[in-house]
Amino acid sequence: MKFGVIVFPGANCDRDAAYVLRDLLGQPTKMIWHEDSDLSDVDTVIVPGGFSYGDYLRCGAIAQFSPAMQATAAHAKQGKLVMGICNGFQVLTEMGLLPGALVRNRDLHFVCDRLPLKVERTDSPWTQNYTPGQIITLPVAHGEGCYYAEPDTIKALEDNDQVLFRYCDAKGQSNEAANPNGSINNIAGICNRAGNVLGLMPHPERAADAALGNTDGLALFEGLLKAVAVAAA
Amino acid sequence: MTSSSAQAHLYQAKIYVTLRPSVLDPAGTAVRSGLAHMGYDNVSKVRIGKYIELELTAENEASAQTQLDKICDQLLANPVIENYRIEVLEAIAA
Repeated sequence: MKFGVIVFPGANCDRDAAYVLRDLLGQPTKMIWHEDSDLSDVDTVIVPGGFSYGDYLRCGAIAQFSPAMQATAAHAKQGKLVMGICNGFQVLTEMGLLPGALVRNRDLHFVCDRLPLKVERTDSPWTQNYTPGQIITLPVAHGEGCYYAEPDTIKALEDNDQVLFRYCDAKGQSNEAANPNGSINNIAGICNRAGNVLGLMPHPERAADAALGNTDGLALFEGLLKAVAVAAA
Repeated sequence: MTSSSAQAHLYQAKIYVTLRPSVLDPAGTAVRSGLAHMGYDNVSKVRIGKYIELELTAENEASAQTQLDKICDQLLANPVIENYRIEVLEAIAA
């Protein structure tokens, strides 16, 4: 099982992701410079958080045209796994690999916090190591994390169970008070219709090492090993 | 897509990118609130967008317009959340 982590100028969570995959989980992990496009030996592509290309114009807008992301689009088209975290989620929506867009937070604040999330589905490769309805806590850090899409798109996402993570309170209720950024339906993470592309604003890679006090994100990566093992069998 | 034939003209474009009406603009709301604190409580509906200037060469104005539409659709505006308007200015002989 091999992971590829895209490295953009301005990315700052690429090494955190590689640390989890390579050092904590012992998986071969390759850093892929934005100008490279060879993903031939990679099973899962991670598009990391940060501020790719300075987030100029719009978050993720310029990154989508990099050779590495064009290769990632082809990788996703083959049904292989692609995961965008935070800025990576913004890049995937800009490219149209995921529907909708991420706009300025409702209250204009950069939200830097640890927030409860409800895992909505556990029959996806991304969430299979969680329990149905489990409430986990993950770090978030973003200024443009308000998920927006047209009502038709939101309806399709909900009808097809594409919302995998939702901001909630400690009891698992998704209400306005538990919504950190104004995201429609408290959406924190979605997958595409086929399920092989995930985007989420929270940072599971920052909650994987027990030394940092929270390992709620580790199960996501561990679940992937299972998913990939199944795919390879 | 650039044209370098003898007939190429230089065009200047002004591009206005605005949030679609259905998208909330918290920055606009904050500016309106700031104006209200200054005493301009008669100001409403503040919406903040982007203004982009660029020059490009093209065979004619129609070609320039077509290329600018593509540039806006592909990069300068995100059709999920934004609209755009283009003004192509008088060509200068290149």
